[in-house]
Amino acid sequence: MHQHPPIVKEGTMALFSATTFVTVPRNLAFASSNKLSFSSSSSRLLSFTTSQPNPGISVTFHTPRAHAPSSSSSSATFHGLCYVVGDNIDTDQIIPAEYLTLVPSKPDEYEKLGSYALVGLPATYSTRFVDAGETKTKYAIVIGGANFGCGSSREHAPVALGASGAAAVVAESYARIFFRNSVATGEVYPLESESRLCEECRTGDVVTIELGESRLINHTTGKEYRLKPIGDAGPVIEAGGIFAYARKTGMIPSR
Amino acid sequence: MASSLLSPSFTSFIHTKDLSLSTFPSQRCHKVVSRRISCSVATPQRQPSTTGSVKTAMTMTEKILARASEKAQLSPGDNVWVNVDILMTHDVCGPGSIGIFKKEFGEDAKVWDREKVVIIPDHYIFTSDERANRNVDILRDFCHEQNIKYFYDIKDLSNFKANPDYKGVCHIALAQEGHCRPGEVLLGTDSHTCTAGAFGQFATGIGNTDAGFVLGTGKLLLKAPPTLRFVMDGEMPSYLLSKDLILQIIGEISVAGATYKSMEFVGTTVESLNMEERMTLCNMVVEAGGKNGVVPADSTTFKYLEGKTSLPYEPVYSDQQARFLSEYRFDVSKLEPLVAKPHSPDNRALARECKDVKIDRVYIGSCTGGKTEDFMAAAKVFLASGKKVKVPTFLVPATQKVWMDVYSIPVPGSGGKTCSQIFEEAGCDTPASPSCGACLGGPKDTYARMNEPMVCVSTTNRNFPGRMGHKEGQIYLASPYTAAASALTGYVTDPREFLQ
Repeated sequence: MHQHPPIVKEGTMALFSATTFVTVPRNLAFASSNKLSFSSSSSRLLSFTTSQPNPGISVTFHTPRAHAPSSSSSSATFHGLCYVVGDNIDTDQIIPAEYLTLVPSKPDEYEKLGSYALVGLPATYSTRFVDAGETKTKYAIVIGGANFGCGSSREHAPVALGASGAAAVVAESYARIFFRNSVATGEVYPLESESRLCEECRTGDVVTIELGESRLINHTTGKEYRLKPIGDAGPVIEAGGIFAYARKTGMIPSR
Repeated sequence: MASSLLSPSFTSFIHTKDLSLSTFPSQRCHKVVSRRISCSVATPQRQPSTTGSVKTAMTMTEKILARASEKAQLSPGDNVWVNVDILMTHDVCGPGSIGIFKKEFGEDAKVWDREKVVIIPDHYIFTSDERANRNVDILRDFCHEQNIKYFYDIKDLSNFKANPDYKGVCHIALAQEGHCRPGEVLLGTDSHTCTAGAFGQFATGIGNTDAGFVLGTGKLLLKAPPTLRFVMDGEMPSYLLSKDLILQIIGEISVAGATYKSMEFVGTTVESLNMEERMTLCNMVVEAGGKNGVVPADSTTFKYLEGKTSLPYEPVYSDQQARFLSEYRFDVSKLEPLVAKPHSPDNRALARECKDVKIDRVYIGSCTGGKTEDFMAAAKVFLASGKKVKVPTFLVPATQKVWMDVYSIPVPGSGGKTCSQIFEEAGCDTPASPSCGACLGGPKDTYARMNEPMVCVSTTNRNFPGRMGHKEGQIYLASPYTAAASALTGYVTDPREFLQ
């Protein structure tokens, strides 16, 4: 068996034309000026469930959060250990299907989801993301390759990462639904690197992400890397997801 | 919505007219459509520029999203608020979506439209897992509270046939129950929601939070994707199924090749496919990262829909001048049966190149490969061989309707035998209760779940590590033909060994 068999019968398929006419920005523009009326029956405000701060992970926001939320110039920083994975980490590896009976909107089950984050990784990953018996990870940042979060649409995936205490994923690229769910829930920052950081960093390296500078610093190796700007998705995640952002910016009534 | 302006008696006869109009590169505002005239043949063939109605040519997907966002036109990359025609959710993501809906809109909030929310328990049904059972109870309570019109409930887990409302796999049930309609927008909390694109509609998977938002508002902010067009021409060889076509495409463009993009399937081969085969094609666009897949609606589509929906609908078609990001062309007559080897759907190989791969089991089921046509195809191979399977062969019909078909429709050339009789003679396991089954592993007691590190040939959609249960399990994705042929030999097998 060959490892990589791009077996294409000659002549069975030809690239007919491949004219790129548009560059698709990866960031969702949530800062839309469209107006929506919401039939929101106002009752008590329940905030998004958020994870307990982990002593090994530091998250700092320098942006005045109550003002100018549509600005994308957040200067949040994340500091801690990184956990490195490869390409095409699918949602079954992030949170295996047997744990999907856990309902993320129920606080106790949210916590449990965190304890299973990345438990579906194959045995080749000798270090666990969340230690057995723990509910939180000691890794603040997940570093991945291309197409992180491919597979199913389960929102349990970004929720599990967020619930485990991780603040950000830095990958070469994302599967669409995972990116969208990360922003919609505000659970974890899905950041894109300009280079292939999963080959530059090792699990356990100490890293800092400076969001405002779009920069990742690996203190263990002493190297710095450029990240792609998170853009308008940044303030949505910082607010805690689309509903929190919409209330904060007056798109929907706050209550 | 345009459709609501049309008369309820709008049937496939009128679609012929719409078809004739729509095949011209004309972009029509839905208000124009509502003043439709009854002519069906002599439609004036004006150039779009002379109608004044077209400024920019659009693809099918762009047109659907433009109409749903009440815009005359849009371009790829535009973020638009889209009116949703159908929101589907199931037992795995429904409870979380409902939780967000209640949290954000209030405990007493009502869904935006009780007839547009379709709730289908299908994932973890025949299990003793208490939390899984509870999740179906949450769906039931919500549907009663909200008076949801389309809830396909199951209460008696010991015998699915005792639950006339129960359907099974949501994507197949959506089609069978008439919820898939050309030109509409269907969102669902499942990545394989893209299956419905086979009906010429925009359909894509969303998360719980987005679904919670849609439940309250009936709208969602979507980015219009650019379109990759796949032109498949040539006569489909008798040993191929559309599963081979989509595995060919994914192998070509990779598991991220269509990320953020729409995939449009056209060509004479696609036109010759029945609806279930078109569904297989669109089902796996997400395995290439695609946002949605579409097949233009035609007489096959309209015929399938007859008697399934009474709601009017209006198909749209890509303009001749529409811009596609890339166009790929295939001569289908030259393709061979394929598999996707472990552990990625784009790890393509010819089935015959894997003939030395010894397997432990075969699984035929799921939204991808558990439809009536899939079982008919497998039965055809067993019938042609006249032999018995050499490895355990698990059959999980997608829905109750598929299950009934397996037990009632005679297989052509069999002298009147049903699939179930042929499967029994071949030594397969008895067809199981319809559900998502072991396609995604699920609770430990799920039927046919891979609890050991085995090698499985499966008609399902994903073969990432752990997908069917065990992390070290190896899954070869294949067509029902290839799966049945492999069951007969105990090795990955090209179905031509039995079909020629």
